[in-house]
Amino acid sequence: MAERIIELRDISKSYGQVYALGGVNLSVDRGEVVGLIGDNGAGKSTLIKILSGVVKPTSGEILVRGKPVTGWSAARSRDAGIETVFQDRALAVQQTIVRNIFMGRELTSWLGWLKVNKEIEEASRLMREIGFTSKVFTPHSIVGQLSGGERQGVAIARAIYKQAELIILDEPTTALSLTETAKVFHFVRQVRASGRSILFIGHNIHHVFDIADRFVVLDRGKVALTADRSEVKSAEDLINFMEDVAHPGGLAGLHDAGETEQRVR
Amino acid sequence: MEPDLQNPLGLSRSEPARTEWKHPSDHWLRGFVLDNRASLGTLGVFIVMMAVFMIANPTVFTTWYLYSSVLTTLPVALFVVVPLVFVVTCCEIDLSFPATMGFASWVFALVVQAGYDPFLGIAAAIVTGTLLGFLVGSLVVYGGLSSLIATLGMNFLLRGLIQIINEGKSMALTGLADSWAYTIFSSQVFGIPVQIFWAIGFVVLSAMLYNRHRFGAQVRVVGDNPDSAQQMGIDVKRVRVKVFVFVGIGAAIAGTFSVMINFTWWPTAGDGYLLPVLASVFVGGTPTWGGIGTVVGGAIGAVTVSFIQTGVVAAGLSGFYVQFFNGLIIILSLLGHKWNQARYR
Repeated sequence: MAERIIELRDISKSYGQVYALGGVNLSVDRGEVVGLIGDNGAGKSTLIKILSGVVKPTSGEILVRGKPVTGWSAARSRDAGIETVFQDRALAVQQTIVRNIFMGRELTSWLGWLKVNKEIEEASRLMREIGFTSKVFTPHSIVGQLSGGERQGVAIARAIYKQAELIILDEPTTALSLTETAKVFHFVRQVRASGRSILFIGHNIHHVFDIADRFVVLDRGKVALTADRSEVKSAEDLINFMEDVAHPGGLAGLHDAGETEQRVR
Repeated sequence: MEPDLQNPLGLSRSEPARTEWKHPSDHWLRGFVLDNRASLGTLGVFIVMMAVFMIANPTVFTTWYLYSSVLTTLPVALFVVVPLVFVVTCCEIDLSFPATMGFASWVFALVVQAGYDPFLGIAAAIVTGTLLGFLVGSLVVYGGLSSLIATLGMNFLLRGLIQIINEGKSMALTGLADSWAYTIFSSQVFGIPVQIFWAIGFVVLSAMLYNRHRFGAQVRVVGDNPDSAQQMGIDVKRVRVKVFVFVGIGAAIAGTFSVMINFTWWPTAGDGYLLPVLASVFVGGTPTWGGIGTVVGGAIGAVTVSFIQTGVVAAGLSGFYVQFFNGLIIILSLLGHKWNQARYR
């Protein structure tokens, strides 16, 4: 069996009276692409924030490579080899590409002085590696001057810099053109081929179905389904399943939806 | 990862992928100008202002005495302007530095008056400044208070403490003139006040800290997008406290220098610096919205602001014109920087 990179056990998160997650179990093995699907308010964002250490769970256990961790934080998550490309990309738009790639992980020598040349060299290499080459900008370019797809490129370059074990892509294809989406897909396959793992979060079930080895469907803060690629015949299967979960009893159930929505954040 | 990286999708590109990036302009001078627009703009304002003064009264502005007097007081301002550039870049403000200057220099005066070596006094002042900076920073960051109001409150509170305990009495430090510390920090070399060399050293070190050190990099990122900084594992609160500590240290040095110039500590030490120093930061080209700034620009801003007062009087105008020119320079600089910065925001 492949090594387990990370495992969440019975993770709950509540914001005051509102439950965002109620006992979620999720694991990612080495070299697999896990597709996380769920409607708005299913708890996807909260789950990502917990994995990346930005939000602390109310209860539950986090295991990195089989070992329980304490004092989970954003820095600890990155140290454990988990990199996240957030939906909003988490870039500082007035800073240069270099500063964004090395945000929170500056290359320093003695006493914290930056290795400026080394950073530029590495940034150039990374941008080439993800096929992000252009004559009009340099590692010194301000991120605010880049297009949406190029900014996504910077966020991805930052995530792959340290040979992360697990890369979390939160809605990476939203607001991207077809070509840019294809680039993201190519990137996901590259990462898998290199034996690393990806957690791919998407609204577009067809996108997730195309790319993932395993699917996890989240519904109202709980895992509604975990299925291997072999168990799901088509994207339509997944869509039907999700509709069933959301509206038991078919579309007629839509009329009762008001009552369930209250439980969702 | 070893797949076809140059052309990952197998699509034909409109231009062949290059292996090397090129700067928009290969010419180093253009790159230098683009990277330093704000500080060069400030320098431009300063040169124009000095030219106007010199045309108004050529004789006074060619006498060394005028520059000597500016170079004596300017260093005091520089030691607080520079740390304030960090604070403003971090999207905060610190109005408590005048009281910190007074408080730290008070500690210095007490140590010197008690007969200890002035070096010990300087060390004690810096420790005091560090602690006060930490106190103010913690109040703002961990107390979750608005830095504008909280630091204003701390300014009144600390100044009030000084006044209550000293009841308005000053301290004359006559023995200071014979000390080693005075020779090193406050004498003259070939007629040039030696403070200015220390201040220039401080500006250069701080500029490197700002541009080429992890601290400066994190300050800029936190000021730019604190949420991203946190998501990337930066301890945002700690960075924010650190900038206030930096102001505390700078204010302590500034306060000590101002006491050494006059051989006297007044309970009002530092009071007059609040507005000129703040003006210098913004005249220097550091914008109010955080994330970017310039240490060298701030230093040039401080030079500009110090020359306004001397310049107006020396140019033959009455002292009543000083405030007017102060305001004029500030407004013109802000307009200039707005035009200058809109392009690379």
